[in-house]
Amino acid sequence: MSEKTLIEAIREAMDEELARNSEVFITGEDVGPRGGVFRATLGLFAKYGPTRIIDSPLAELSIVAVGIGAAMNGLRPICEIQFADFIQPAYNQIVNEAARIYYRTGGTFTVPMVIRAPYGGGIGGGLYHSQSIEATYSHVPGLKVVIPSNPYDAKGLLKSAIRDNNPVLFLEAKKGYRLIKGEVPEGDYTVPIGPANVTREGTDLTVYAYGMMHFYCQQAAEEVGKEGISVELVDLRTLNPLDKDTVLNSFKKTGKALIVYEDNRFLGYGAEIAAILADEGFNYMDAPIMRLAGPDVPGVPYSHPLQDWFMPGPKKIADAMRKLAAY
Amino acid sequence: MRGSISQGETSMVMTVAETAPRTLDGLPAELLLDMYYAMLRARRLDERCWLLHRQGKIAFHISGMGHEAAQIGIAFAMRRGEDHFLPYYRDLAMVLACGLTSLDVMLGVFGKKDDPSSGGRQMPEHFSLRSKNIYSVSSPVATQVPQAAGVALAEKLKGGDRVAVTCLGEGSTNQGDFHEALTWAGVHQLPLIVVVENNGYAISVPMVQEMAILHVSDRAGAYGVRGVTVDGLDPIATYKAAKESIDIARAGRGATLFEVRVVRLTPHSSDDDDTTYRSKEDKVTLKASDPLPKFREHLMQAGILTDQQDTEFGAKAMAEVDYAHQTAEAAPYPDVEWGAGPVYAP
Repeated sequence: MSEKTLIEAIREAMDEELARNSEVFITGEDVGPRGGVFRATLGLFAKYGPTRIIDSPLAELSIVAVGIGAAMNGLRPICEIQFADFIQPAYNQIVNEAARIYYRTGGTFTVPMVIRAPYGGGIGGGLYHSQSIEATYSHVPGLKVVIPSNPYDAKGLLKSAIRDNNPVLFLEAKKGYRLIKGEVPEGDYTVPIGPANVTREGTDLTVYAYGMMHFYCQQAAEEVGKEGISVELVDLRTLNPLDKDTVLNSFKKTGKALIVYEDNRFLGYGAEIAAILADEGFNYMDAPIMRLAGPDVPGVPYSHPLQDWFMPGPKKIADAMRKLAAY
Repeated sequence: MRGSISQGETSMVMTVAETAPRTLDGLPAELLLDMYYAMLRARRLDERCWLLHRQGKIAFHISGMGHEAAQIGIAFAMRRGEDHFLPYYRDLAMVLACGLTSLDVMLGVFGKKDDPSSGGRQMPEHFSLRSKNIYSVSSPVATQVPQAAGVALAEKLKGGDRVAVTCLGEGSTNQGDFHEALTWAGVHQLPLIVVVENNGYAISVPMVQEMAILHVSDRAGAYGVRGVTVDGLDPIATYKAAKESIDIARAGRGATLFEVRVVRLTPHSSDDDDTTYRSKEDKVTLKASDPLPKFREHLMQAGILTDQQDTEFGAKAMAEVDYAHQTAEAAPYPDVEWGAGPVYAP
């Protein structure tokens, strides 16, 4: 056991899976000698060579489509999209192809592939290096969507994703790549895709979050805890398929829900959580369901004060927790 | 298919064969007759689907009539059922040659439970058959082309000797998927044949408004792959050219953009009316280009095919289509639970 960063845990998962299974290979832009623009694949080209770590043409559609074809022909590709913002040329291949092939062939073809993409703002990335895309893709049956919030989960969930027989969109909080650290065991372990995780027990209200926002929610919960507000924190981890039981069980306990996400508020992931709580948790509801999310503008603006205005962070989250606790 | 000829007919064929020439254009008579029957059967099945649509028994049909010679020429040059095949919706003759049966197709057309392509989930002509390496057809065009590059890449990484063959129409070559796929094919010298079935129309839009070049294969040079254009109305020419391209791919010497010039004898689909964009005169010209009677004539003139044999082939094809149609129509629909999934693989 040693402390590692989020990106080190992700690299370790890929390294171990490449060593464990010769069917696994990586493709994407700059993943080879360069080791990826964020260094997620650093050292892997030297270790596994050009037939396992394949620099792709600068063309996202085919990074995914070639992965789909390779997956149908018996391999397990890990396709890296350099920034989640650039995944949209591959939307048709992900949504109309990867996600639908198992269903449309009556289960005779499977697409065991992972699409990794760094997402999220707060890094001075402006409109096109900051986007959160999880709501769009969580809407798609047949696709699994996973967002780890800490290094332990990142390694275990990525290993599960690589071994999964379905296409998995694995979103990584780029802001947290080196900021979020945690204990990561050496060697093989997995964290299952599906179950959410209650990362902090509390009684006054439940906060639902994932990825970078979960990291900030931990800080905010600590802060308001000093004021006597007891926050229960649910790390959703897998956005599709969603662990509804854990979502509802926590709500039954606290009766108050705050959902935090940095994607645009309107029809964001929190809207679905709110709808589930309203549908199936109405009898336990003690307060209006709250969402704290990014504003409904076309992107995270670049200039520092504008970015701060856009991004939810520990202070805004703590304020929302206080408001909900006081209701 | 010829293995099912009854004992009496077999001896008749042998009698004919004793006096008939053994080869034509360098190909054995046996192979040519198999190819002819494969074209004929696909045509009869295709015609039946149109009939069923006009009778209101099925919701949709999209046709491969006029493409059969090209498809059969290519299919017979493949290791059928072993080489990877990523078809598009006009590839009826080719999927039949690669392993789907007429009954399989009819089960799909009627949306029945035992449709091996999708269990009745997909529209007609959205073929697949895992056991014969026939991959799944989608409606958004050209998506299969970069997937075929991935199939071929995996084959190369695994050290296998199967090639990947994928088909699309010439209109679909304008999609970015096509461009990206050929980029990978060239960079990685993939064992891939990208077949463009060029019938001159993207639904209603003529080729002159689709691209400013005369041959789709002119695009090959830009990607560093071979480019070939073949008369797709001639199954023998297509077979020979396809064989060469497949041999090159299998030997690890790279991909081919393989254009076959064909005709679309029908409207785009059962829901199209081509009289709004093709004149009566055009249709007469089209009919004269029909590859099926042309191939029949060619084989008859060479003494490979006799009238009697052709009649027998026709009867056999009709019997197969009748059986497929009647069996599929009487077959059970899927249970409604089948609509709900499974959505995810275990």
